[in-house]
Amino acid sequence: MIESSDEAPRRSSREMGRRRSEAPFFLVMGGISSSFIFLIVLLLAADMRFTSVGEFKAALLKPEIQAAFRLTILSCTVAALLSIWVATPLGYLLARYRFPGRLLIDTIVDIPIVLPPLVLGLSLLILFHQPVGGFVLDQWLRDRLGFQVTFSWPAVVLAQFSVACAFAVRTMRVTFDQINPRSEDVARTLGCTRGQAFMQVALPQAWRGMIAATTIAWARALGEFGPILVFAGATRMRTEVLSTTVFLELSIGNLDAAVAVSLLMVAMAVVVLVVLRLLGTGLTS
Amino acid sequence: MIELRDVHIRAGQFELANLSFLVDAGQYAVLMGRTGRGKTTILESICGLRRIDGGAILIHDTDVTDWSPADREIGYVPQDLALFPTFTVAEHLQFALRLRRQPARQIEERTKELAQLLGISHLLTRRIQGLSGGESQRVALGRALSFHPSVLLLDEPLSALDEATRNEMQALLRRVTRESGVTTLHITHSADEAEALADRFFHLHDGKLTER
Repeated sequence: MIESSDEAPRRSSREMGRRRSEAPFFLVMGGISSSFIFLIVLLLAADMRFTSVGEFKAALLKPEIQAAFRLTILSCTVAALLSIWVATPLGYLLARYRFPGRLLIDTIVDIPIVLPPLVLGLSLLILFHQPVGGFVLDQWLRDRLGFQVTFSWPAVVLAQFSVACAFAVRTMRVTFDQINPRSEDVARTLGCTRGQAFMQVALPQAWRGMIAATTIAWARALGEFGPILVFAGATRMRTEVLSTTVFLELSIGNLDAAVAVSLLMVAMAVVVLVVLRLLGTGLTS
Repeated sequence: MIELRDVHIRAGQFELANLSFLVDAGQYAVLMGRTGRGKTTILESICGLRRIDGGAILIHDTDVTDWSPADREIGYVPQDLALFPTFTVAEHLQFALRLRRQPARQIEERTKELAQLLGISHLLTRRIQGLSGGESQRVALGRALSFHPSVLLLDEPLSALDEATRNEMQALLRRVTRESGVTTLHITHSADEAEALADRFFHLHDGKLTER
């Protein structure tokens, strides 16, 4: 059938003077996105409104909280350094090689990420205190090596490390995935062993990722609470880190101090995240 | 001299069987064939980056089939060049010599000589970011030749260049390979390129290698 000829010929939108707006796009996208940003900002604003500068200072001058602050900085730093030390070779192996059991190892790395924190703490406690034919790991470390783990600071570091390292491995793996393996191949034709190619060609390209992984590990260690509570306990001045402080202050009804410490932790986290952004790695996942 | 004896390679979807050829010392051989037919796979096998499933690879009458790439002493320029992002141009030319613990003065001399030969003396202190296609190509070639390998493998070295640069690089390749006497195997899909450079022509078609 021929189309009816009495229909007006089609006119282009320019002829009709029609101009479409892009505003709805930005309104819808921005509106949905801002709900989350708004929630976080509201949370922080509420915290800040709840406390005053005076209360904040008073809380931070308490010796217990200062001790907790020192232990937090120290334990997070040690946990982060241990994490990057382990994550660099593991991330590299996972990124570069197809070997039997690779899928299994890949899954094991993720276990600390998906495991409920309390369960991780409980598992650590059981590992160190389970007698295997009369041998108890914690006892052996304490009696033979003079190294008290459970309910002491090494337990804090170990609890933080077990989660932080998983995140560091993920980051290092993405880092090495993004580095062209061909450079290492060519380096090997030039006379490098695999080790030399890794040290001299791959590693220098990975420094941004390594800093990102260390930062992420540090930030994860800062937020660690469940495993520390179970495995290291919450002894004031001994195994108390800032996340434990919030819990302890809250449990004795001292809301002001709990909020002050929370804000301190927010500030620490922000510093770490800003460092991460400045390094511009785009490896925040 | 490069020799393949009944080499068998399985890689992904395709299989290369009974590959045999011999390129005499100092010859410039060109291997042609359509893309995705395993030409790169053959080069990777010769320089030791890929294990072969059967047969033998000989470099100057030595069976290197089970040798690591580092021990084969073969210069390799891959298609994507794979320059080192954290190195300067000079460091590319010096890397292989440093690995061989050559004295600093000798390394310095070789760097100058190579840079002059390849026309990149003015680029020595530069990093590789921002080099043009032709310049990157010269750096990759210099890196592969730096340690005086007796065999040079080139994987479509001219395909990403504009025509003027390509002609320039062809002339350079001819000159450099003649002067150093290196045995060269060059992959391309361009008949013109092959015509301009080769002493020997090999053609890979349906997993079979024929010489023209």
